Amino acid sequence: MQNFEYIAPESAIAAAQALSPKAGLTAVLAGGTDLLSLMKERVETPTRVVSLRNIAALRGVSKQGGGLRIGAMATVQDLLDSKAAAGYASLLQAARGITAPQVRAMGTVAGDLLQRPRCWYYRNGYGLLAMHDGKALVPSGENRYHAILGNKGPAYFVSASSLAPALISLGAQVTVAGPEGERSMAVADLFQIPSSASERENTLEPNEIVTEITVPSASGWKTGTYEVRQRQLLDWPLVTASVALRMRGNRVSDARVVLGHVAPIPWRSSEAETALNGQAANESSGEAAGKAAVAAATPLSQNEAKVQLATIAVKRAVAMAG
Amino acid sequence: MSSKNPTDGPARGPDQEPRQGFSRRTFIEGVGIGAGAVGAIGTAQPARADTHEPVGPDPVAITLNINGKSHELKVEPRVTLIDALRNRLDLTGAKKVCDRATCGACTVMVDGDPVYSCTMLAIEAQGRRIETIEGISTEDSMHPVQAQFVEHDAQQCGFCTPGLVMAGKAIVDSNPQPTMADVESGLSGNICRCGTYVGVRKAVYDAARA
Repeated sequence: MQNFEYIAPESAIAAAQALSPKAGLTAVLAGGTDLLSLMKERVETPTRVVSLRNIAALRGVSKQGGGLRIGAMATVQDLLDSKAAAGYASLLQAARGITAPQVRAMGTVAGDLLQRPRCWYYRNGYGLLAMHDGKALVPSGENRYHAILGNKGPAYFVSASSLAPALISLGAQVTVAGPEGERSMAVADLFQIPSSASERENTLEPNEIVTEITVPSASGWKTGTYEVRQRQLLDWPLVTASVALRMRGNRVSDARVVLGHVAPIPWRSSEAETALNGQAANESSGEAAGKAAVAAATPLSQNEAKVQLATIAVKRAVAMAG
Repeated sequence: MSSKNPTDGPARGPDQEPRQGFSRRTFIEGVGIGAGAVGAIGTAQPARADTHEPVGPDPVAITLNINGKSHELKVEPRVTLIDALRNRLDLTGAKKVCDRATCGACTVMVDGDPVYSCTMLAIEAQGRRIETIEGISTEDSMHPVQAQFVEHDAQQCGFCTPGLVMAGKAIVDSNPQPTMADVESGLSGNICRCGTYVGVRKAVYDAARA
């Protein structure tokens, strides 16, 4: 990898101040499981790496108010080991899908949200939009793992995050620090579909870092995550669905359905939510929600199968929640 | 900072590996120039890695605690733990195979957790307890996981074996009675292309109970 200078400040603000406001010049190092591979491939070529390892305030998973606080340097294993996270079934199910103990021990929850897409065109240097000689490569290329929703162009990759669908369905917030201070937003607002080559799939400024993720109490919600996988171990899912259902009696009064790995962002499906609201949470409402989730899907030349996988993922996530 | 940053030139020191592929020629070049670079590293300004000021890209003095012993060395910030272990400290047990946090051959323990040493910077491993395959046995006695690997004939070419032994040790360290499913999940970060998984799983299962 290209050489760089290294700094490991002791506060989030100092870390943000050590970052360049210009994209691509500097990089944030947390667990490193994604960044180092990108640097070895020279997809990322920062001249300075800012490590978060010395910032004590970013560590730990704990109860906060009635909810959960996940520090930006908390690893996936920290989340799985935390008693404070016990009530968040869908989040823990998603975290267990990250199987390799080495990745769990090194990779952070915030890093799972901010890992770059797995699109093989992107990883091979064609950029997020996979362009070559002014032509988009994905629509007529190898697109079996690409997007079936939100894929009107110019972006066709899928969001790689395993945990974002669960966190969004649980109404989680994320706090980010920049050189002048902090701001908070819904986890859903961390993501965007890039509309040009100068945009990324997340909304962070180049000199902002995530400091913590907070999740409201899941009390009163039934939650579940289901991943459709090609391999059960050591791989990203083909499709994920996370649901959170608030029940009134035996009817769903408030449904949240978020799919992963189907679109350039974690894909909240209001169609699936409408299909569930007012219904009992069972196989038939789950199936109806699954069909509603993909009603507007526009599969590419090789990924028609993902439409059916998404239907199944939603149905089974409803079953896991119920 | 960019003015200090070396661009990719033809010279390759021990920290700068061929970008793609690996040939006998690039290997020999690397060895020859690497030997020359050792002297140059000796003249580099020492710098402390944990600081409010940036260090590098020139070599930085770091201290690593490996198998209970303290090692002082100078590395560029980009040097990974596996390269520091293998190329600087002659601890060649951990293997560099995929170099992309996927295959597990480079697995070592850091603060008791199994990690991919190809994907941790050496500079970031400072102040942490590093344990490699060299540190888990003595001349006279194997670690129980190693003994059970022999018992179950759990290797063929052997390239993945050090990583699988360390991943297996991580399982038995944390769980004295792992189920076969626990073993399978605990080994899921390691790949064996010879397909010795059945023997490896039995070895780890039995080592926990040995």
